[in-house]
Amino acid sequence: MKRRDFLKIAGALSLAGCAGTVPSKARVVIVGGGFGGATAAKYIRKWAPAVDVVLVERESAFVSCPISNLVLAGYSSMPEISQDYDGLRRHGVQVVRDEAIAVDAAKKTVRLARGGDIAYERLIVSPGIDFSFAEIEGYEAAMQAGRVLHAWKAGEQTVALRRQLEDLRDGGVVVLSIPLAPYRCPPGPYERASMIAAYLKQAKPRSKLLVLDANPDVTSKGALFKKAWADLYKGTLEYRGNAKAVAIDARSMTVKLEVEDVRGDVLNVVPPQRAGNIAQSAGLITHNNRWCDVDWRSMESRKVPGVHVLGDATLSAPLMPKSASMANNHAKIAAAAIIEQLSGRAPQSDTQILNTCYSFVSQKEAIRVSSVHRWDAKDGTLKPVAGAGGVSAARSEAEGTFAWNWARTIWADTLA
Amino acid sequence: MQKTISWTTAAFVLFTATTAAAQDAAGRNLAASCAICHGTDGRIATKDSPLIPLAGLPRDHIATQMRAFRDGKRPATAMHQIAKGYTDPQIDAIAAWFAAQKR
Repeated sequence: MKRRDFLKIAGALSLAGCAGTVPSKARVVIVGGGFGGATAAKYIRKWAPAVDVVLVERESAFVSCPISNLVLAGYSSMPEISQDYDGLRRHGVQVVRDEAIAVDAAKKTVRLARGGDIAYERLIVSPGIDFSFAEIEGYEAAMQAGRVLHAWKAGEQTVALRRQLEDLRDGGVVVLSIPLAPYRCPPGPYERASMIAAYLKQAKPRSKLLVLDANPDVTSKGALFKKAWADLYKGTLEYRGNAKAVAIDARSMTVKLEVEDVRGDVLNVVPPQRAGNIAQSAGLITHNNRWCDVDWRSMESRKVPGVHVLGDATLSAPLMPKSASMANNHAKIAAAAIIEQLSGRAPQSDTQILNTCYSFVSQKEAIRVSSVHRWDAKDGTLKPVAGAGGVSAARSEAEGTFAWNWARTIWADTLA
Repeated sequence: MQKTISWTTAAFVLFTATTAAAQDAAGRNLAASCAICHGTDGRIATKDSPLIPLAGLPRDHIATQMRAFRDGKRPATAMHQIAKGYTDPQIDAIAAWFAAQKR
């Protein structure tokens, strides 16, 4: 029997369940093993061991974007931010290394690049982001020539950017370009600016970092970042708002803004972003050709029934960041709702989740932002609870300790 | 008459069982959010964590501390801001759920 036939039959059998309990062979397929998909896989198995969970992930290992900025400064390492998927296998998750290329929502099947079709009862798509390279003229050619990096998906480009920083001559210029919001991890670019500046100040003190932000001002924890930059990186880090990159000239190593050209020895240009490619081919995108709207009580797509979308790919609820903490919590909403749906019940409607994001501003000091998001029936979305949440009183080593605790704990909560 | 009473009792038992299950799920779902810093089910999974495990702590202790954070009576780096997002019934549900977890 071919593998795809087996999966089809297993899928058909799963239709035989009855309302009230989870059908014994119900299968949930999850596309993407990042913070969203991996957490969903673990929590569905944990809360409903009768459910068959298949996780489709194209990489052999998970590499964390959080803490990856510390790798650039030499304060962390790729092994420290990487993990295999054995922890999920121990929860009984079937991890399939393949790439999902299409979804047939009518037949309830996912097409894999190598493995044929997999049938599902419910599908979770947690694809993260992909880049709209075409919005910056010359980007792709410059990237292929190794002249520009985004390093906005942790992995090879993180290693390559670290190498470029190490190879930089003392007195060289690093350009960090930030796209208009919304993008993955609102404070991430400013943490990166802090980490690159920390490295330059220590290892190449005559060098300079130019931060070119398409946004008018720092989009997250602004006062705390600016205080850290003024206190720690004066003369090393220069920040400019309203500085949107429109083109890159690889030969002259120039980032072209709307009104001027800026030359650098290292070009780290973070491009505009949208939901990962599979969201497009699965027909899940609802807004601006970029993001996927969901029902926040279940994370089910507002466009394609039976398909749940998690993480950065979602059309963010008001003041909700595209963060690892949010993706992890989206996954728990979806896990709880899917278990109810498989049992023939409606998902609970009293959804409430919290977000916490830490950013390092030096090797040991960090700053934090927290918020609590509650279902608002009138407006049909998750809204920040008034009076709750906030940012650190000041940058501190204590917050740095909590930041490392957050990273190690969320990695374990997601993957172990 | 006897029959009527037993039906009523059965219906009541069924109702309370369903309600209890829904409340457990509500506590579980709310508490799941805390795991990003406090660990899955409130069990610390990392070395050198600055936090104490919530799993298996007395219910009243957890609820009292959450209210102390919320009302500004216990200083914190983050919990004073986060606790303000939770109502008394939500705090009680979270506390009951963590208290029931194995250490």
